[in-house]
Amino acid sequence: MSFALEIKNLKKVYAGGTEALKGISLNVKEGDFYALLGPNGAGKSSTIGIIGTLVTKTSGSVKIFDVDIDENVAIAKSMLGVVSQEINFSQFEKVHDIVITQAGFYGIKKSIAEPKVEEMLKRLGLWDKRNDQARTLSGGYKRRLMIAKALIHEPKLLILDEPTAGVDIELRREMWSFLKEINEKGTTIILTTHYLEEAEQLCRNIGIIDYGEIVADTSMKDLLSRLDVQGFIMDLDKPLEKEPTVEGFELKLEDPSTLFAAVNKDKSINSLFGELNKLGIKVKSMRNESNRLEELFIEMIKKK
Amino acid sequence: MKHNNINISVTLWTLASKEVRRFMRIWVQTLVPPAVTMSLYFVIFGSLIGPNIKPEVTDGFDYVQYMIPGLIMMTVITNSYANVVSSFYSVKFQKSIEELLISPMPNWTILLGFIIGGVCRGVLVGIIVFCVSLFFYPDFEIANPLLTITVLLLTSILFSLMGFINAVYADSFDDISVIPTFVLTPLIYLGGVFYSINMLPDFWRSVSQANPMLYVVNTFREGMLGTSDVSITFSLSMIVLFIVCFSALSLYLLKRGTGIRE
Repeated sequence: MSFALEIKNLKKVYAGGTEALKGISLNVKEGDFYALLGPNGAGKSSTIGIIGTLVTKTSGSVKIFDVDIDENVAIAKSMLGVVSQEINFSQFEKVHDIVITQAGFYGIKKSIAEPKVEEMLKRLGLWDKRNDQARTLSGGYKRRLMIAKALIHEPKLLILDEPTAGVDIELRREMWSFLKEINEKGTTIILTTHYLEEAEQLCRNIGIIDYGEIVADTSMKDLLSRLDVQGFIMDLDKPLEKEPTVEGFELKLEDPSTLFAAVNKDKSINSLFGELNKLGIKVKSMRNESNRLEELFIEMIKKK
Repeated sequence: MKHNNINISVTLWTLASKEVRRFMRIWVQTLVPPAVTMSLYFVIFGSLIGPNIKPEVTDGFDYVQYMIPGLIMMTVITNSYANVVSSFYSVKFQKSIEELLISPMPNWTILLGFIIGGVCRGVLVGIIVFCVSLFFYPDFEIANPLLTITVLLLTSILFSLMGFINAVYADSFDDISVIPTFVLTPLIYLGGVFYSINMLPDFWRSVSQANPMLYVVNTFREGMLGTSDVSITFSLSMIVLFIVCFSALSLYLLKRGTGIRE
């Protein structure tokens, strides 16, 4: 199996003695959409920094598509695109010039880069703003510009460090659809985010890092199946005055027309419906509690 | 030129032209002030005070004529240095250094790109000041154009490198103004820009010979006027030696990631 990213025993000790990474190992398959999650200060940004050579590692190895960053860093970096957490372009340059310059840093001639830049800016809704100085862009457009910059040399591996932080819901959903599209076209994506719903929606595999150690590295499906209890939110046909009681299920009336049910893995949701029916309660619609990954995440980092 | 399938000449051209675009975009801050300041020097020292200075102390030249190479060199030194120190520190401060570090550009290309920016600004303001000087001394003729151009380029390379090293170590905007204010400016002013060291008593003449600016200014004066207080071969050798040393140090700092990588 070929890997887009192979990390082995990666350690990072900062000058002040802080041990940010305690020898992590991680493999990301080619074509994967991988979530790297962890609380603040867990080591996510240090890991990304080392992959992009912004941070010097203390020991261990990093390979991008089988190319070791210690052996042929230029080749490894030419296959990598990074969208950093913080804005990192010159605020006084024009949008178009920033992306053209970025292409130039990868050795792409201006004449070749021009059509690619036009396509990228149009795809990310930045074409109308191409002659604007970057500092005049709103936060959302600055994020789009960061993505355009990272993708202009068509990297095989794209790493996004909290790309949707502070971005409104509409733009976040637009970005999700764009990222899904480029992933389907073959780009391997690694995403760090604090919006766990985002990771659940987009990613097939997931790694959780805490205190510089990997505490989970598995498929999203497998991780979610570890949940012993699943929460369901039910919209009721008629309002209730009192919380119903059904043996084996934990029910809570959120408001007179909304009932929350915590269902154990060994119980069937059909049996709950049966019991509610017997009590004369009809369910109009039902949805999963959206923060199930969040629950699991908190549980896992609490264990540490 | 390709290295690891990456077109290095394109990467270098991209960075160098970005650097030139940067100082051209803010030409009111970068190109106009030297012209204004030097005009004032020419008016005050050249036209008002200069006629009272005897040509014997300025190797037989009119004072304004004697001052021209010194003022050009002073401008070239300060502008080459200022361009690189402020530009490189700004990319560190704005974090746009990450664009360069994440890219496959080799370190020497990054260094050369910034140096080309500093040299272009140094040479351009040097030409501007020379043009301004022609208003005050229209009959000026360059004695040795080849030496003049060589010293102009070598000096701007040398001080661009020094600006780069200063920016690598700088942690605040204060750090990029300390050396120009407290080291470069006094050394330049005392380095024979306005006078010949032959005017000084023996003791101060000997002290002045320890000032590296004296050699840079006088080598340039030799190129422009054909007169100098120092040995040209020695001066040129020292400039080249320092360029080699500072280039090696800059590349070492980039490789080590000093001030730019955590």
